[in-house]
Amino acid sequence: MTEQTIVIEVMRYRPEQDQEPWPQRFTVPYSDDMSVLQGLQYIKDYLDESLSFRWSCRMAICGSCGMMVDGIPKLACKTFLRDYPGQVRIEALHHFPIERDLVVVLDDFMEKLERIQPYIIPKEPRALSEGEHLQTPAQLDLYAQFSSCINCLLCYAACPQYGLNSDFLGPGAIALLHRYNQDSRDGASQLRMQLIGAEEGVFNCTAVGYCSEVCPKQVDPANAVNLNKTQSAKDYFLRFVKPKGSCQ
Amino acid sequence: MNQRRPYVRPMTGWWKKNPYFVEYMVHEGSALFVALYAIVLLVGVLCLMSGPAAWNGWLAALASPLSVLLHLIILAMVGYHSYTWFKIMPRTLPPVIIAGRRLSARCITTSGLAAVAFCSVALWLLAWGCA
Amino acid sequence: MKSELKRSNAPIFWGLFGAGGMLAALFGPMLVVITGVAVPLGWLPAKTMGYQHILNLARNLIGKGLIWALITLLLWHAAHRIYHSLHDIGIQGGPLAKLLTYGIAMAGTVITLVALLVMGF
Repeated sequence: MTEQTIVIEVMRYRPEQDQEPWPQRFTVPYSDDMSVLQGLQYIKDYLDESLSFRWSCRMAICGSCGMMVDGIPKLACKTFLRDYPGQVRIEALHHFPIERDLVVVLDDFMEKLERIQPYIIPKEPRALSEGEHLQTPAQLDLYAQFSSCINCLLCYAACPQYGLNSDFLGPGAIALLHRYNQDSRDGASQLRMQLIGAEEGVFNCTAVGYCSEVCPKQVDPANAVNLNKTQSAKDYFLRFVKPKGSCQ
Repeated sequence: MNQRRPYVRPMTGWWKKNPYFVEYMVHEGSALFVALYAIVLLVGVLCLMSGPAAWNGWLAALASPLSVLLHLIILAMVGYHSYTWFKIMPRTLPPVIIAGRRLSARCITTSGLAAVAFCSVALWLLAWGCA
Repeated sequence: MKSELKRSNAPIFWGLFGAGGMLAALFGPMLVVITGVAVPLGWLPAKTMGYQHILNLARNLIGKGLIWALITLLLWHAAHRIYHSLHDIGIQGGPLAKLLTYGIAMAGTVITLVALLVMGF
């Protein structure tokens, strides 16, 4: 039985020798159960050991292997070669500077993650003796979806507004921000509101919606961002009416 | 020695490279036709202000084949605006819980389009009744 | 670390965009049919848009409000969307872009208001 092969075209970039990214074609034997990640690993193991790419869990939970597969942001471990008969084009995740080959510079996102204060800031200080926060399943439902984010950044690759203006907080950071705002244990919505309503905040979004289309965990970041447009507008118009430091 | 030289890819022509983005630009472009219609109405208001001769001139212009064709194009684009407005609406609403279950995106969109149908019929009947 | 956060004034324009968009979505298609197709082609009697008939509507305070709201909200909706679309295709949001979009919407708002007031009550 003849072996199936596929041509994997990878956009290479080696800063010490390349001026710009260039396509390199590899002919890779594959079976129907092989992921794009396995294809890349074959290339690295047998064809070109210099190929650089991030990966870890190979089961769509760590978020490391995000890349463009035929121009669409995908997790390489969750995308299968059998779905791309003949040839497939792999490129580093869009909208991020390319460090090398398929590895992108993530500093901007890391900085944004810190800025949104992604941790419970209780409404009032709570002593250990008071015991744990209690939360009902209904309260959990309010933020559970947004807590599923694996920080894979496919949504940033999907978001043209982030691509055009990297000051924009972006879908992932705002989804996580929303996750904490919606958590009944948290009391810092007003604090995070400053970021939401700032020039780098939610109003950069033009409701393209592609972020939610590509999210591998159905987080629906578009929902998080657009809901916060309403919240921010309320804050903008009602700030003179409400006394400072009032209800969340 | 630091050999790092991160490469920033240009965004030129980004929207042409993915059918999802092409559709996005089309439905954003519907705004041009909304503006066009608003300007047609604005001209009408100015003609109304100027007296019956001007008003009838505006009505005559609207009756020309070119104008009717233009309005059919405007209708298609404004209709597309309505459709895409309610297609994206589920993303802009908080979870709507009815009888313990969250309203699906399909349900929200269908309700919105039903509202368009309802308003359209109401408006037609209003015009019909007022004549 | 990033400098002081600046509050964006986007909510004003976004609010107008949303209101205009909803108005256009719900009533736009039928309005275009009535004024642009039905009456011109005689599917509705000509007096639906007869001078005296519409003048009476425009001389009524509520009628004025409706006509003004319709035209201006549609213009503000379109201005916001077109401004952002220009940004999307690489035309940066400078004063000229703002003038050609929001500027026209503002002009339309004022002109419509003045015209409706000149018409009297």
